[in-house]
This record gives sequence, structure tokens and C-alpha cells, in this order.
Amino acid sequence: MENQNTESRSSWPLWEIFIRSKQGLDHKHVGSLHAVDAAMAIENARDVYTRRMEGISIWVVESKYVHASNPDEAASFYDPANDKVYRHPTFYQLPDELTHM
Amino acid sequence: MEQKTLIDYTLHLADNALVLGHRNSEWTGHGPILEQDIALSNIALDLIGQARNFYQYAARLRNEGVSLGGARGGRMSEGVAATGGGGVEVTEDTLAYLRDSWDYRNCLLVEQINGDWAKTILRLFFFSAYQYSFYQRLQQSRDRELAAIAEKSYKEVTYHLRWSSEWVIRLGDGTEESHRRMEEALDQLWKFSGELFVPADYEKVLAEKGIAVDLTAIRSQWEERVDAVFRQAGLTKPAAAWEQTGGKQGRHTEHLGYLLAEMQFLQRAYPGCEW
Repeated sequence: MENQNTESRSSWPLWEIFIRSKQGLDHKHVGSLHAVDAAMAIENARDVYTRRMEGISIWVVESKYVHASNPDEAASFYDPANDKVYRHPTFYQLPDELTHM
Repeated sequence: MEQKTLIDYTLHLADNALVLGHRNSEWTGHGPILEQDIALSNIALDLIGQARNFYQYAARLRNEGVSLGGARGGRMSEGVAATGGGGVEVTEDTLAYLRDSWDYRNCLLVEQINGDWAKTILRLFFFSAYQYSFYQRLQQSRDRELAAIAEKSYKEVTYHLRWSSEWVIRLGDGTEESHRRMEEALDQLWKFSGELFVPADYEKVLAEKGIAVDLTAIRSQWEERVDAVFRQAGLTKPAAAWEQTGGKQGRHTEHLGYLLAEMQFLQRAYPGCEW
């Protein structure tokens, strides 16, 4: 991993790519790639991630602008939700006609 | 005679696309960076797809000609005589793999070797700018098959032009080295750009019938496009120079033979081989 920083290709910043597969759905993170600027990132994303009809819209965000939660804090962040089943809307009786819930 | 002219024209279009597609595909696995390797490979596949459509049409024309009677092997001057003449059907594969360099009707520009990234980009830019205006017109061809292929190809080429224009600007307006490399590419390729607009006999005949594209009509569009991109790239178009022609008539530079030798090797060595 550390070697990557010394490679010349690391002078091309990394971008996170989000693709919307069809109207009405949201953009989903699909991966990352290198590009010198946003315009090239969008073109690269088109070529790398939509060549099999995966998408109709592309968002790109330079990776350095993505801030992530700290894995070390996972216990205090996520574990407390473990025993709060009442937060799930599973205690309602749904009519049979209602689907996709 | 009319049929032969149409076949020649269709093969000319197919050969252009196949040869440039093959050249671009030579970068697959060797691109300067993974993302651009994929981008150029996609473009190569687009071009080979266009070539297939034209070859399939040419093969159909040729086979129809044979079944109508009159056509013997010499009907088409091509080296497919090996498979033609006796009523044996030609296919897109025989047209691509069993014709020799003197049968190929592609422009000299597309067969020029890749050189560095700058030369590959500039070659693609020149040709995409040409194809962009060309397919736009060909969609109005009175030959409905050619018009349909043009309509599909036009969308692909629109992207090729955008992509290659971006790169010409990036390199021309980039570092000292990238600018120098673009100028060297320009020196090597400019003399082959004129041929794009010098019609062969089959183009003249078919343009009069509203089947082929009138090349004089699209030359000014091409010049404008090149000027606009060069202005942004800080490149200067060479003064009108001597223009090399002959490709459309089957008189090629030495590079095409090597390309075909590699591309056709398998079918030549193992005829009919499939995998």
C-alpha cells in the first residue's frame, strides 16, 4: 500500500464513482478510479463502469473529500443499536394488498 | 457494375473502421494508465463493431450478386476469389481475414503505426472528426442499410471525438514534453489527413446518386473542428503541404502489411478455425 504513493500514477488523484442505474433510483457507489480532474473522472467512469449498460447518470467525488467514520469507534457507534428491535417497523399488521414493504 | 461500386464503397468504410480499431486495440494492456487503457479499448471495440456491420452488408451484396447469376469471381476485384466465383458464400470473416493489403480500401491515416500516446490520440482525433461529419451525412444516404449503420455509429463517434479532443487539448496545452510530442505527431500525420477528402472513383459515382457522402461538403466542417481544438491546445496547423493518397485504391504504406500479417495470421494458418 505504501508503495503506491511513490508511483508516478499517484499524481493522478483518486475519485469515488456513483452511478444511477435508472430513473427514480439513487446513485450507488460502484468503485473508484484515477483521473486528473472532474471532467476526466466522468469520462473514465463512463468507460470503466457503464460499458455494460449499468447506468444513466454519473456522479464523481474526489476521494479526499469523503470523510469516513473511524473503525476503532465501531463498538460505540454501532453496537448500541443491536438490541433495539422496536426501531424496526415490523410490529405492524400489513394488509395483503400491500407489497414491496 | 453498380453493385461492384457499392461493394467497394462499403468495404472502404469497413476497412477504415477495422484497421483503426485494430491499431487502437494494440494498446490494450499497454495503456498509460488503467482507465485510459479501458477507454481506448472501448473505442477499438466500437470501431470493430462498425466494421462488422459494413462487412456483413458487403458480404450480403456480394452473395446476392452471385446468386443473381452474372457474378463470377472477378466481379469483385478482391482477393476473396479464393472463396468466391464458385458460388461459395463470402462472410464478414472472409472479407476481413482473407483479403490482401492491395484489396484493402482504407485511408492511409488509419494504418499509420501507433507511435506514442500523442500520435495515437491525434490519429484518432483526425479520424473521429472526419467520421463525425461523415456519419451525420451518411444517415441521409439513399441506401437504407448504410444509413442505418451510420445512425448507430454516429453516437459512438460523437464520444470518440469528445474523448480525443479532450486529449489533444490536454497534451497540446500540457507540459513542454507533451506539447513537443503533439507537434511531432502532427508532423508525422498531417500529410495523411488530406486523403480523407479526396474521393475515389467509387465515392464520386455513388455521391452523384445520393448514396455516398459528398466529401467536399464535410471538409470545411472538419477544418473548423480541428482549428477550434488546436486553438485550445495551442497547436498550429501546418501550412497546406503535399498530401499522400492511394489507400482508397489499395496502394498502402508499408505499415498495413504488417498489421494484416498479425491480424490475419490465425485464419491464414488454420483456415476456418473457430474458438
